[in-house]
Amino acid sequence: MAINVLKPGLSTTVQDLGRPGYYHIGIPTSGGMDTLSLAAANLLVGNDAGAAVLEAVFMGPELEFTQDAMVAVTGADLPPKVDGQEQPCWTAFKVKKGQVLSFGFLKKGARGYIAVSGGIDVPVVLGSRSTYTLGALGGFEGRKLAAGDLLPVGKGVLVAEGRTVAEALRRAPGAPAELRMLPGLYWHRISEQAGKNFFEDTWKVAPEADRIGYRFKAGRPLDFVPRTPPFGAGSDPSNIVDACYPYGSVQVPSGTEPIVLHRDAVSGGGYMMIGTVVSADMDLIGQLQPHTPTKFVKVTMEQALTARADRAKTLEAIATALA
Amino acid sequence: MTTRYTFGGDEHIFVECSEEMSLEAFFKGMSITTALRNANIKGVTEICPANASFQVRFNPDIIAPDEMMRQLKALEAVAQSAPSTLNTRIIEVPVYYNDPWTHETGQRFRERHQDPTSTDIEYTARINNLDGIDGFIKAHSGAPWFVSMVGFVAGLPFLYQMVDRDRQIQSPKYLRPRTDTPRLTVGHGGCFACIYSVRGAGGYQMFGITPMPIYDPNQTTSYLRDFMCLFKPGDIVKWKPIGREEYDHTVAEVDAGRWQPRIAPVTFSLEEFSKDIDGTNARVMEALNGH
Repeated sequence: MAINVLKPGLSTTVQDLGRPGYYHIGIPTSGGMDTLSLAAANLLVGNDAGAAVLEAVFMGPELEFTQDAMVAVTGADLPPKVDGQEQPCWTAFKVKKGQVLSFGFLKKGARGYIAVSGGIDVPVVLGSRSTYTLGALGGFEGRKLAAGDLLPVGKGVLVAEGRTVAEALRRAPGAPAELRMLPGLYWHRISEQAGKNFFEDTWKVAPEADRIGYRFKAGRPLDFVPRTPPFGAGSDPSNIVDACYPYGSVQVPSGTEPIVLHRDAVSGGGYMMIGTVVSADMDLIGQLQPHTPTKFVKVTMEQALTARADRAKTLEAIATALA
Repeated sequence: MTTRYTFGGDEHIFVECSEEMSLEAFFKGMSITTALRNANIKGVTEICPANASFQVRFNPDIIAPDEMMRQLKALEAVAQSAPSTLNTRIIEVPVYYNDPWTHETGQRFRERHQDPTSTDIEYTARINNLDGIDGFIKAHSGAPWFVSMVGFVAGLPFLYQMVDRDRQIQSPKYLRPRTDTPRLTVGHGGCFACIYSVRGAGGYQMFGITPMPIYDPNQTTSYLRDFMCLFKPGDIVKWKPIGREEYDHTVAEVDAGRWQPRIAPVTFSLEEFSKDIDGTNARVMEALNGH
């Protein structure tokens, strides 16, 4: 079984739950940016939650199937079509041999997850099928899809058509989007007023937003607590001796535009970070379009862990409903 | 040097050994991360040493953040009493200094540089009071360097020269980052050298190029078949200046699958180093000659 890529979309990559364990040598985890939607898509078509799927950004691909398969599209509201016939999102539907899966215009969100029964069967590299394009690693030849690619698909199990995820269990960013953040790391480097402003201001997703990180603009610049630059750090007040960057960490080069690192993160560098978006809200970032108004919401560790537990419960409820 | 612990969200602990870079800070990080690795704490998923800091990723569903913090802090005391010796390896890296490719790239982005009228290597020699390009090469390749961090992108080593602070080569990053850097460029920013593992954007000064691949996701390079990245934190590097002829020859040998880097096991003691920097470096570099 294989899928023939007729049109690749804007930036479509193979992703699963990621490749942890190599960040210490600069290889980030990669994997779906919205893993909750990725897992749901897999469960809908009878796959393991962590099977490899296609992550399509803003625009869907056009795919010709060489065998019958069950398909589900979750995450962004990116309406799938089978031979031109529109299908619901978050619902399993059948694509027959020879039929073409295409997509209508994006209505909401940013990334659609396209799961196919059996999973996308590209080779496992360092424990994962995820694509890390910067390192030309994993996925389909280490890159985003191109027209003419032939994607191998694994052997699936039989599930019923029409299985769906209840609307209450579909998580999506609100308006404005709210990202919960635990202050820390180099928070002490910015002034008290700058810290207040940061949480008060409504930021906007900048056009430079990708799998490496999301940049935000339109908030007031942060000012710094004066210091003598430490040896090896560099002279800008936002510089530090190059250090590791946590996933979700919020760095603010020169105090102007915060960048939240995501699943293809650069693993380290020389800019101070003022905190970290909680693990539960990383999925939401993956669904933000450029210009989306966004607020950072200050939370405690206890609140971060509650958010994490809530997310786990949502996934569990989806899995139970589809078991 | 006070160690500072801070949470990076609900999955990371970030530990700053010192605000400023020093070999002592790097070693402190290495000792604690080694102790942490040996402690085999359930729930720890990634341990990432950096220059003067390190980061631990953990699964809070397995180990509570406060408990993780408590165990990590307890390890600092264990690590401090451990002897500061490191069993590691020295790797010789051939460098074609002042090569035509980084030179061409430097010229293309000249308006983004502090000194558009000179080259990166001339500029850095001048601001460090070194005697021209030759004086620069002598200082850069005369003493070994520690790989104090691997990251930014896959397999990219940051290196810190094993000399006292007065002899550290320092240079600022480009005023605005370049959008292009040749693969395998030997660069420099602040007090750190690096080798660009892949072609791409970069802000470090460019001094030369090595013919020796250090990252190969396809694992076809003879010495990268076991693992796709060459460097680990704690490795020691000795730059070997080469000319065009040896550069071309090495590239051909690498492509033919015949080339192997010179690598030797070596023990490094911070105490010995603090007492006698040049003597320790001479002994470390001798290891490459089989002594």
